[in-house]
Amino acid sequence: MSAPTSHAAGDLAASRAKSPHISMLLRMLVRAAILRRGRAVSALFAMVVAAAVATAMLNLYVDVQAKLRREFRNYGANIILVGKDGASLPADALAHVDSVLAGRGIAAPFGLIVARTGNGQPIVVAGTDFNRVRQLDRWWSVSNWPISTLGQAQGELTGATDAREMGHPALIGVRAMATVAPKNQAFDLSFQGHTLHVEPAGTVQTGAAEDSRIYVSLADFMAWTGVQPSTIEVGANGSPEEVAAIMNQMAQTIPAAEVRPVRQIMEGEARVLGKTRATLLAAAALIIMTAALCVLSTLMGWVYDRRRDFAIMKALGASGRVLNGFFAAEAAALGASGALIGFLVGIGIAAWIGRVNFHAPVVPRFSVLPVVLAGSIVVTLVSAILPISLLRRVQPAVILRGE
Amino acid sequence: MFLRLVYESFRRQKRRKMLAGAAITLGVTVATAMIAVATDIGDKINRELRTIGANLIVTPQEDTLDVEIGGVNLKPPSDGAFLDEADLPKIKGTFWHNNITGFAPMLPVNVAIEQDGKRQETTIEGTYFAKPLAFGKEAFTTGVRSTHPWWKVAGAWPEDNSRDVLLGERLAFRLGKKCGDEVTLAGRQLRVSGILSAGGAEDDQVVAPLSLAQEILGKPGAVRRVYVSALTKPEDALARRDPKSMSGPIYDRWYCSPYPQSIAYQLAEAIPRSHAEQIRQVAQNEGAVLTRIEGLIFLITLAALLASALAVSAAMATAMFERRGEVGLMKALGAGRLAVASVFFAEAALLALIGGVVGFGAGAVLARQIGRSIFNSQISIQPVLLPVILAIAVIVTFAGSAAAIRRAVGLDPVFALRGEL
Repeated sequence: MSAPTSHAAGDLAASRAKSPHISMLLRMLVRAAILRRGRAVSALFAMVVAAAVATAMLNLYVDVQAKLRREFRNYGANIILVGKDGASLPADALAHVDSVLAGRGIAAPFGLIVARTGNGQPIVVAGTDFNRVRQLDRWWSVSNWPISTLGQAQGELTGATDAREMGHPALIGVRAMATVAPKNQAFDLSFQGHTLHVEPAGTVQTGAAEDSRIYVSLADFMAWTGVQPSTIEVGANGSPEEVAAIMNQMAQTIPAAEVRPVRQIMEGEARVLGKTRATLLAAAALIIMTAALCVLSTLMGWVYDRRRDFAIMKALGASGRVLNGFFAAEAAALGASGALIGFLVGIGIAAWIGRVNFHAPVVPRFSVLPVVLAGSIVVTLVSAILPISLLRRVQPAVILRGE
Repeated sequence: MFLRLVYESFRRQKRRKMLAGAAITLGVTVATAMIAVATDIGDKINRELRTIGANLIVTPQEDTLDVEIGGVNLKPPSDGAFLDEADLPKIKGTFWHNNITGFAPMLPVNVAIEQDGKRQETTIEGTYFAKPLAFGKEAFTTGVRSTHPWWKVAGAWPEDNSRDVLLGERLAFRLGKKCGDEVTLAGRQLRVSGILSAGGAEDDQVVAPLSLAQEILGKPGAVRRVYVSALTKPEDALARRDPKSMSGPIYDRWYCSPYPQSIAYQLAEAIPRSHAEQIRQVAQNEGAVLTRIEGLIFLITLAALLASALAVSAAMATAMFERRGEVGLMKALGAGRLAVASVFFAEAALLALIGGVVGFGAGAVLARQIGRSIFNSQISIQPVLLPVILAIAVIVTFAGSAAAIRRAVGLDPVFALRGEL
């Protein structure tokens, strides 16, 4: 250690009069950090890296479920409402469903009937809300949605009157298209004596039942057939418990409806999410353990390296308590500052991974901070106390002689 | 002399070598395990995603439109074309047969159930449950139990050659039937071996062995559609191209990639007069989920590699720093910078190799454990990885000790021997 300057000596004398122990301790801490800058910085660096990696992993672990759930919502509905015993749903069912969802998902109504084409062939015609279907069933490969992008809400209301001359726009399944309108021409559908003039707007391909159907807007459908929607498909966001709560609430608000989960989607989602989270947890445990060991070995080296400071303090009459306190305070300060910087860096890493991989930011979880902070301090304390307790048994003279 | 120096260093400083070696071993273990998990995660998650159901469907080419609402088929039963059951094992003869985890044929037949003199229209769906089939020398078992894993049966699954049926739970409730009861279907007395809960249209139907449905329909060997569950690769720009517009080599690449489109194409080739396509709800989203999870694990593997590289470097730097005295002694005895540095680098390389091999083994075991406990299947590790891992271990160890060695070599021997910086 270099000799203190006269100014510092004056300070020392003045402060010693007030509170000898605390100021001396602080002084030693600060001087130790400044004088051995290189080693202190490398220890701090290790701490920051470890804390950053731990923060990022914990943050991702907490957030990944929500992120992947959103991916799974692309599978479409996880709840289906149908009228009990094959009856139609009440007219206000969709409004009730929307109020229960309150932005936590999307619902699309479907009315289904069997109509006849011009040559008497039966075909399934569905009435639905194209705007909602477009958001709910994103896997539909649609050549052109029969909706205008402007004024979607009015489009449905006015569509029934405006479109009368030019035919009602409809989305035709690819297989139905080949049968009813191979040349993309307009055609007539009849249901119980009523006719609907349909203008193909685009085709839909899904590889499932939709391919054999014709979709018209719900307003056209109801005006034509007088049939209310019989099914509402709901894609509800949230954990299994939240979805179950939403289902319960729906069953209570709409007693005429039978509320069923789409087990296929729900179970697959639960399985994949569970496995991914478990893998992530294993990875997080491995990485955090490695990072902690990195800190441990760096810090132990650092403290061990300073055995001469230790010996001098001991030779000057410092008690074991003061020595422990000094090194512990130093370690804790390092751990805390490293954890704080590392937390910020880790949040940055998590946000970056979120942006790159999920195209959505990972929300910073401040609940992770206490965990990272406490973990960092514990690791630094252990790595400081361990070499000290080994050195305590050694006579200062032996260390100072360099043996 | 050089060899002796290295040898003696390992013999005498066992504790220090053990510490540095342990750090390297641990770092390599974590790196190996994470690389193994990352390379295998796609396949594992792909298999989990298969629980959502089949992603491909094979239908007759000349089929008429389905007229189906809520699982009730309104199409006249004899209408439309059928596939031949005898062609089905050919599915296992396609190029990507190893990626096909299962398939299930379906034959819906409209029947009347007689209950206390009342008739009720319903659909009987003929299928395979777990049917043993053979293609060439390859024997395999397939059916809805593997393609529709979310179907739950209270009671027993029927045998494929039996005349037992499953009743959908809502139908069973309406009929007041339970396991072991008899139902009268199309004039036949059949035993209900279990109640099916599927969460879909099947809950209102009867599910029976395929041969029974064919007998009721009066068309032996007829199959209306086949659901195929295949492990696929997320689709990209190449996958979406039309195979007819491709030139030779591009077509080969497309054909030999497990895209949903190319597997569907091969299925249509294998089964005469058929049309195969992806079920977009399953196939499209599968790709998205898979890409996300693979990307996530890849990024995390990078983090793991970084963390283990840092741990190894830190341990090596500390180990080197403690040996300044030795360096001073060597230099005082007249060793050149090169000689000193090469001794330490040789030691570092040796440590890295030993730690690398041990860590590789431990990492392989760890990866297997992760695979077994999370996915109930092996995560195997390619031996090709060993040289790569060893090379990385040596480079990281060198990088970690380089700064410390350079400083030690640059020191004045007098200060080093006095133990001062």
